[in-house]
Order: sequence, then C-alpha cells, then structure tokens
Amino acid sequence: MTSLSSQPHIQPPWWRDERILKIVLQVAFVIAVLVVFGILTQNLTSSLRRLGITFGFRFLGNSANFGITEGIPYDPSESYLKAFVVGVLNTIWLSSISIVLATVMGMILGVARLSSNWLARQLATIITEIFRNVPVLLIVIFWYQGVILTLPAVRNSYSIGGFFFISQRGINLPSLDPSWWLIPTVVILAGAAWGIRKLLLAHRPDVGSIQRNSLVVLGVLLLAVACWILFPESPLRIDIPVLDRFNFRGGTQLSAEFTAMMLGLVTYTGCYIAEVVRGSFLAVQRGQWEASRAIGLTELGTFQLVIVPQALRIMIPSLNTQYLTLIKNSSLAIAVGFSDLFNISSTIINQSGRSVEMFGIIMATYLSMNLVVSYGMNWINDRVKLVER
Amino acid sequence: MKLMKQLNWLAPLAGALAVSIGVQSIPAQAQTGPITDRVKARGELICGVNNQLPGFGNIDENGNYVGFDIDICRAVAAALFGDPDKIQYVYLTAANRQSAMQSGEVDIMSRNTTWTLTRDREWAVTFGPTTYYDGQGFMVKKELGVEELEDLDGATICVIAGTTTELNLADTFRARGIAFTPVTFDGDDSSYNAYDEGRCDAITSDQSALISRRATLQNPDDHVILGDVISKEPLGPLVSQGDESFSDIMNWTVYALFYAEERGITSANVEEFLNSEDPDILRFLGQDGNLGEVLGLEPDWTVNVIKAVGNYGEIFDRHLTPLGVARGLNQPYTQGGIQYAPPFR
Repeated sequence: MTSLSSQPHIQPPWWRDERILKIVLQVAFVIAVLVVFGILTQNLTSSLRRLGITFGFRFLGNSANFGITEGIPYDPSESYLKAFVVGVLNTIWLSSISIVLATVMGMILGVARLSSNWLARQLATIITEIFRNVPVLLIVIFWYQGVILTLPAVRNSYSIGGFFFISQRGINLPSLDPSWWLIPTVVILAGAAWGIRKLLLAHRPDVGSIQRNSLVVLGVLLLAVACWILFPESPLRIDIPVLDRFNFRGGTQLSAEFTAMMLGLVTYTGCYIAEVVRGSFLAVQRGQWEASRAIGLTELGTFQLVIVPQALRIMIPSLNTQYLTLIKNSSLAIAVGFSDLFNISSTIINQSGRSVEMFGIIMATYLSMNLVVSYGMNWINDRVKLVER
Repeated sequence: MKLMKQLNWLAPLAGALAVSIGVQSIPAQAQTGPITDRVKARGELICGVNNQLPGFGNIDENGNYVGFDIDICRAVAAALFGDPDKIQYVYLTAANRQSAMQSGEVDIMSRNTTWTLTRDREWAVTFGPTTYYDGQGFMVKKELGVEELEDLDGATICVIAGTTTELNLADTFRARGIAFTPVTFDGDDSSYNAYDEGRCDAITSDQSALISRRATLQNPDDHVILGDVISKEPLGPLVSQGDESFSDIMNWTVYALFYAEERGITSANVEEFLNSEDPDILRFLGQDGNLGEVLGLEPDWTVNVIKAVGNYGEIFDRHLTPLGVARGLNQPYTQGGIQYAPPFR
C-alpha cells in the first residue's frame, strides 16, 4: 500500500484520458443530435412558411364530419380528437386480441413442431413456413378478399344455432345487455355463495371439497334463475342479432375488416412466435431433460417444472419484439378499410390538411403504445428471470 | 466617315442596351417562378394522376395512362415543351395526394379532385379552372329495390377515404336523419371491388365515377345509379402555391381548351385557322401579338396544345362520351353549359 501511494501520480494528457474522452464524445454526440434536429426544424418551419401553412393543434377541436365504421359510439358532428380516440381504441382492441390469439397459436404450433407425432410436426412446419414467408400485407388481403368477401352475402349467412351468423359482412354474435338490476343480482349471488360455503363448512365438515363446491354452484344457479324470473327487468339480457332489411340489428358484430386484420396479424405473428417458442425449447440443454428423468419426474412434470421455466426466460425478450411488430403491423388496416388509428389519422390529414401535426401525433401514439407493452414485458421478464443469489 | 467609324463600335452597345430595355418592358418573359424553372430545367412534367378510374385516368392494355384527367396533363406538357409525352406520371390515391402536393413530389395534379376552401388553403395549392362539374351520387344493387336516398336507412355504404364524398355522405345522412354504416377504403379498386362482392349495400362517389366504374362491375346491369345528387363537386387540376407563373400556365392551358371548342378549333382543323381572318383567333394561335411570351411559353403554344389533345369537347368525347356520360353543365356557355374562358388578349 505504502509503495503504491508513494508512487508519483502520472496524469496522462487529456486527449488520452479515457474519462475526459468519454465526456467529450458524449457532448459531441449531443451537439450533433441538436444540430441535426435544429436543421430539420428550421427546414420544416421555413417550408411551412413558404407554403403559407400555420402550425398548431387547434384544428383537433373542429368537427370531423366523416363517418367511422366501428368502435366506441361516435357521431360525425364530434371533433377530430374524438375521431382519433376512436381509432386509437380500435388499434388497441385489435392489437390486444391479436396478441393473445397469436401467442396461443404460436405456442401450439411451436410445441407441435417439436412433437414426436409425425403428422402434427409436418403440418405445423408447413403452416409456419407458409405464413412466415409471405408479406403480412398479402396475408391480410388474402383473408379479406380471398376468404371473407367470398363468404355468403348477409342475407344467406351461415347460422350457428340461430345465435351466431357468419357472412361477408363479418361475424354477428349475441351480446349481453346489462340492466341496473345486475348490481343487486351480483350482490345476492356472491352473498349466497359465501353463505352456503360457510354453512356447509360449519355443519357438514365431512363433505369433500368437490361436492361442497358443486353444491355452492348449484345453489347460485338456482338463485340466479330465481332472480331472472322475479326481477321486473332481466339483469343481463341476451341480445340476439336479427336480420333486418340491409343488415343484422342487435347483438355485436366483428366486422369483415376487423376479422381479416385479426386473422392476418394472428397467422403471421403466430408463426413467428411458433419459431420463437421452438427455438426457446431447443435452447434448453438436453442434459436438463435427462437429469429430470433421472430423478424420476414424469414427461409432463419435466416439461412443467424444468423445461418451461427455463424456456420462458429465453422466450420473453423475443416475444416482446413480436408484440411490438404486431402493433406496428396493425397500421396495415388501411389496406382493408378497418378504422384503426392510422386509417382514421390519414383521413384527418386529408380532410384538415394538417399532415405535419398529425404525423407527430401518430408517431407519439405508436411510440407510447409500444413503450407500454415493452415495459410490461420487461416487468414479466424480471419476474421469471433467474434470481442470482 | 471617321465619325461613322468611331460610332461603329457603339452600335452593338446600343443594340445591347435596346435589348435590355426591351426585356425589361416585357417582364413576364424573363420572370418565371421556381416551379416553372424547375419543370423547364427537368424537361419533363411530373403529373399526379388516378390510375383506377376508367375515362378519367387509368392504364390501358398497352400500359399507357389514358383518360380525361390525363389529357389535361398532356395539354400542359404540350404548352410547356411542345410535346405532350414529356410527362412522368405518379399514381396518387385520395389519401396520399395532399402530401404529394405539399412535398413537391408532383408539379401538377389532375385526378378528379374537388375544389374546396379547406383544400385551397390547408393543402397550400392553387386550383385551376374546373374541368368537370360533377355531383355526388349513389349506386345500389337493383335487387334491393332502393329508389331514393331515404330507402337506404340502415344500409352499409362503401366510400373512399379522404374524399369530399366521405364528408358529404356523413353530412347529408345526418341532416336527413338516415342511419348508415360507412366502410372506407383507400382506393377506387378496393372500394368498388368490396361493393361488387356484396360487402356494402351501396357505394357513393361522384356521378361520373359511378358511371365509369359501373361498366367494370361483374354484372353492370344489376346496379342502378340513384337520381339523388347530394353535392357540388367541381373537379379540376391543381398546382402548389407560390408560383404564379406556373399556375397561370395551368389556368390558361385549360382556358385554351375551352376557347378552342368555343371557336370550333379542333386538332384536325387547327392548321387552317392559322390563316384565319379573325384577329381574335390569330392572337389566340400566336400568329399575332405575344400571348405566349407573356406566359413564358412559345408563341405557338396553343397550336401545340390543340394538335396534341384537341379542344375540350374532343377530350370529353374521346374519354367520357363512350361511357355514357352526358355533357350536362360541361358545355361551352354558348351552348347552355358553364364552361367559359376569359378573353385571350
């Protein structure tokens, strides 16, 4: 120690001092970014001025005046902002459903490709290779023009039990229409479930848990029927779609455009996820399988307790990428006319002429949606990753 | 003699002086704006067009752009270069045409675009004379038995995104209290295809577009165009704001087409008119005066335009009459229409 501290401290010249160099480089980088940004802004403002266009977001309050096919209730007399919100919600709705379904499809296909069953393996390989190697735009258009538009016309739709209808206009299904009586009903049923369970536990401790649960369910069901009959208005009305002059009235509808987009995104991303899943399982060392067998775990036990937790760790970062890509790909909705955020925004741009402002908003919206998903996936990643002790 | 010799060298100087004064006295000759200069330097006109609307703008079996709107571009190219083929076409959809204009991707756009106040201002463009006075209508399948707009209550209606049509549809149905579901597409092809397949009960567009596209449907006779016309749709070419010299060239080329029809000058007989007795026609055809120079064009620019595409009536008859489109308002004012060119003088 003494010998070290007694050594004269030699200061290298500043241009070779790594600490100073790092700072200098970072400052230079920040300046470069600012200069580029400044030039872009300057360019933008000067060309806007040359064209005599003003910049501002006031126009968002103006009446939109165009109709939107689907989404939350909206009227053409409402503002551009409201129209944009309808688009954002449609994008979120489309993306979330597609992410869930694509993950399910990817898991099944990925595991099927690893299965020991020859047929399942070949089938999964063919499906994956087809959809993974075709541009997603083509897949979406294939589903829309090649499949959905060729379904029977709305007046000849396929009916499943008189409740579900499939036609080229999309899928019509019954909807649940709650009334104010739903609140007391839920309170009564929850109370009954809790009470029956409590009574059984107190007086008939000999009844097994399966029987006990069945008795609870039976009691709740009987009470539910009683509520439906006794209350003046049905707490949860089932609204079945009925064919009107032009279209189905009542129920809910997954429009042809939504269905096509969903199928397109799910099949395309699902196949990528299948590959991610397959790769992640293959990446778990063979020794892990052998060791689990050696300690006497069953095939299923090995899979659940040893392989899946390790594969998940490898899988999640890649899944994150796939989800982000899916959200961005949802902007292809404009090709089939689904009213997503990008479709509605481009209509707003066209009708208001405010392209610079709208592009800023579109970019910020996609960025925030993707950051939220990314943040969520990182959170999950932190939960499943190996905790170093 | 000596004096003469001394003055001799002054002569070119005096000549140069005279020329420079002369140039200053005809300012339009030298002063063209940035777009005109750009186009002339390039030697080619970049024209934004539709390629999915037979009659107005589409691609024929030989791969050439043809149609009413295309001929307007060809006329401007003929005015600028004496050659209607010096054009580079850019296909624009309803949704991306505005950014193409704002960014200067195209010099001129001629693709069934309705002139509105917002577009004039917010797109930062200058609209040329209206080349086709249109109105919005509806096409419905005959089997639905729809006779008027009110019968469409509850119907699904196909419409092209980013058009005035989309706005008029919402306005009109709101005003009349008729419920409808719009399905919007970004192009003519996708929109009419979806309608043809049965995705929509009706489709709405400009009357002329409906007539033109009905012919392309699987069974044109199964569809009927309703009598209701719900809007005014003045369609015409447009250029970016900020170069008066270029918008003047567009305006006066279109007026030249109108004027030629008014005076009976056609692509076939334009040569004969060069020896006309009428001073108005001589001035128009550049045989007298300097109208071409004033615009920064060749003296015989109108002759080039008419030789290349004919007069307005010829263009109409070539592309729209075969589709069954009636001239209606699109007649010269002398024949009961509202196409009217200001004086060429």
